[in-house]
Amino acid sequence: MSIQIRDVSKRFGAFQALSGVSVDVESGSLTALLGPSGSGKSTLLRIVAGLERPDTGEILLAGSDATELAPQKRGVGFVFQHYAAFKHMTVRDNIGFGLKIRKRPRNEIRQRVQELLELVQLQGFGDRFPAQLSGGQRQRMALARALAPEPKVLLLDEPFGALDARVRAELRLWLRRLHSEAHTTTVFVTHDQEEAMEVADRVVVMNHGRVEQVSGPRELYDAPANEFVMSFVGQANRFGSSWVRPHDLRVRLAPGESTREALIERVAHLGFEVRAELVRDDGERFTVQLTRDEAENLELASGQIVYVEPTRERTFA
Amino acid sequence: MRRYSLRFVALGYLLLVLLGPLAMIFWRAFDRGAGHLWTSLSDPNTVHAFKITLIVAAIAVPLNTVFGVVCALAIVRRRFRGAGLVNAIVDLPLALSPVVVGLSLFLLYGRTGWFGHWFQAHGVQILFALPSMVIATVFVSLPFVAREVVPTLRELGDEQEQAAHTLGASGWTTFWRITLPSIRWAVIYGVVLTTARCLGEYGAVAVVSGHIEGQTETATLRVQDAYENFDVPGAYGISLVLAVMSVVVLVAMTFFKPNQEVTA
Amino acid sequence: MYAGAPVRRRARQSSEGAAAALSLGFTTAFLSVVVVLPIAALVWASRDNGLHQFWQVATQPEAVAALELSIGAAVLVALVNAVVGTITAWVLVRDDFRGKSIVNAVIDLPFALPTIVAGLTLLALYGPQSPVGLDVAFTRTAILLALLFVTLPFVVRTVQPVLHELDREAEEAARSLGASELRVFASIVLPNILPGILSGVALAFARAVGEIGAVVLISGNLPYKTEVASVFVFNHIQSGDQSGAAAVAVVMLLISFATLLAIGGIRFLLTRHERA
Repeated sequence: MSIQIRDVSKRFGAFQALSGVSVDVESGSLTALLGPSGSGKSTLLRIVAGLERPDTGEILLAGSDATELAPQKRGVGFVFQHYAAFKHMTVRDNIGFGLKIRKRPRNEIRQRVQELLELVQLQGFGDRFPAQLSGGQRQRMALARALAPEPKVLLLDEPFGALDARVRAELRLWLRRLHSEAHTTTVFVTHDQEEAMEVADRVVVMNHGRVEQVSGPRELYDAPANEFVMSFVGQANRFGSSWVRPHDLRVRLAPGESTREALIERVAHLGFEVRAELVRDDGERFTVQLTRDEAENLELASGQIVYVEPTRERTFA
Repeated sequence: MRRYSLRFVALGYLLLVLLGPLAMIFWRAFDRGAGHLWTSLSDPNTVHAFKITLIVAAIAVPLNTVFGVVCALAIVRRRFRGAGLVNAIVDLPLALSPVVVGLSLFLLYGRTGWFGHWFQAHGVQILFALPSMVIATVFVSLPFVAREVVPTLRELGDEQEQAAHTLGASGWTTFWRITLPSIRWAVIYGVVLTTARCLGEYGAVAVVSGHIEGQTETATLRVQDAYENFDVPGAYGISLVLAVMSVVVLVAMTFFKPNQEVTA
Repeated sequence: MYAGAPVRRRARQSSEGAAAALSLGFTTAFLSVVVVLPIAALVWASRDNGLHQFWQVATQPEAVAALELSIGAAVLVALVNAVVGTITAWVLVRDDFRGKSIVNAVIDLPFALPTIVAGLTLLALYGPQSPVGLDVAFTRTAILLALLFVTLPFVVRTVQPVLHELDREAEEAARSLGASELRVFASIVLPNILPGILSGVALAFARAVGEIGAVVLISGNLPYKTEVASVFVFNHIQSGDQSGAAAVAVVMLLISFATLLAIGGIRFLLTRHERA
């Protein structure tokens, strides 16, 4: 099911959460809403789900106007950051809830719940209560619950934000795999740009209630539309009005035509990658990223004077 | 629409059951004019009744405050095997009829009671005198400070106290300087509730006091007395003073209430 | 290693031990003198003439009538409070309107006002000289009104904190899964506030069964008609019939115990899903 967001605005008291946001989500795609806190991404997601009403604008689901439609009637599955588990029900009852509402026959519910338990790898946990599960298990249950009634759209609000790094990485991969099998239109909200880039087909970058750029991850990184996107997605050095990625800076031991002199303050060895913090002759601090081999060849060390030039830089109007 | 109908039900109910009666006290007390009200309130027996109420409260409240804090500390900090039972006993006055309380004291301290003999032999009057009224009031107002302090103590945990110990503070110092200040709002709220209960006590005191006019009457007993002797405005007059005290207590309750559970 | 330290530690430990013993001792002594001994004396007095005699006295028609009236009225009042109290708590937690904080404060009035004063004013409002023309003095309705007044705060105050702590997102999740508003309340909200409602109901019931101050003036205390158990006990003490009073008092005591047990049991059962 496709989603069209047309010119949506929303304000909470004196705070303008969204201003004239328009986004098109293709049916069957996996889209990320990416932005810092307060950018309006969660609000937008909730408006699509019908959990909030927009002040102006429309939401179209599969081409028809759903702006006034109650969340019960939209056919969307929603996954919350803090799981929103039904604490007083077992895992099985949680997952089967949507089906029970739709009055499906008991056998059908039992079968579908069992399928889903296997899908999310919670086979032995059906009769436990959410309080007895870990965070990752609870979120898998929440996913199964949202998927049970076969929603046409799956919406996830910072679904892995409350989990620790390793579980987060596992679930990310899992979500990607799930989508490639089921092809349900999926939109998820995140403030983690690495997560957005790794999982999504398309990324909608938001800031202060507006859309900054909509494109695939690669284009986002290589062709950012403005300064905000440049600095938010990946690392970037700023020299006046010029922006340069850390890996687009060449380091030489002798001065060249377009090099600037700089002092290495600190070198951090992060496995394959080496990151160096430098300060230019005019006092500007910046970061350079090299491979291990490059760093070794140059024998970089703290206190060393080197000469740096950009291989690619960008300015914005 | 549903929201307004809910609101209507709740507010309508409150108006009917709570505020109507409150308004009546004010109206009826001034029924024969303010002058008459003043005369009735300055009747020496009435003044004495208020004095007794205040004396009883002045003894019962501090006693129950000390008990409440000590008991809460014992239950929360020292894990001992009867803690559940102690908790239940402390809660008992909340579920028990005041008349039953009065009767049990009557039986204990009466002439044929277990303690009655001893006290009578020593010439100490318990029943039909101030001591039994104090004991009865202490009984019925027992739980409040403890029940407020226990959850607060539990929530606080004893990390602060442990920190104080590592810095060299003795048990008493820790209690006085660390524990007590951190529970003071719970204690104050408990004291307000206890005071309200003491001022309003009727049933238990009615049984043990003997209603002796000018000697063992509290203000609440006097209200009933006045009413039954057909001094209705007098009864309302005393009620008015008690109601004013209650409103002050109510304001204190609202002010010191922990955890505002009403969303702004 | 440090000569001073072990001595000090021992001393502190012994003072801690002493403090523990002292607080426990004081608590036990206080409770024994104030609560346990009088209750023991009551139970003892009731079985003084044997269990058979106790049973005979407790099942006198007048006693039975008084107990039935008290229990019946208390059950009714508890049920009304369950519904209206929950609605009130809901309005206070989820709704917003001007004067809400005053309304919230006023709920505690029955805790603050002496019960005899409450009884007197209920009499003024709903008795012979009623300004609203409603005279129900000396009827069972009057008893119900008086009990509704004194029990009003219980359910509201036990439900409020529970409502406040509910996970609102669970309700949103239910909506997104297709549940109607009524279904959301019944399947998601109610099961989680039920322990709060039930404890409030139990407390209200216990209070209503034993109430005397609010009832004694407005009910007229007519035996078999409007005489509640607490008034029965009181009258029989006045008239010197201590064994009659004690018998009914013990029944009331048992009801109080049972109610406290029920509250504990309810909470335990209904929160078992929270124990990992």
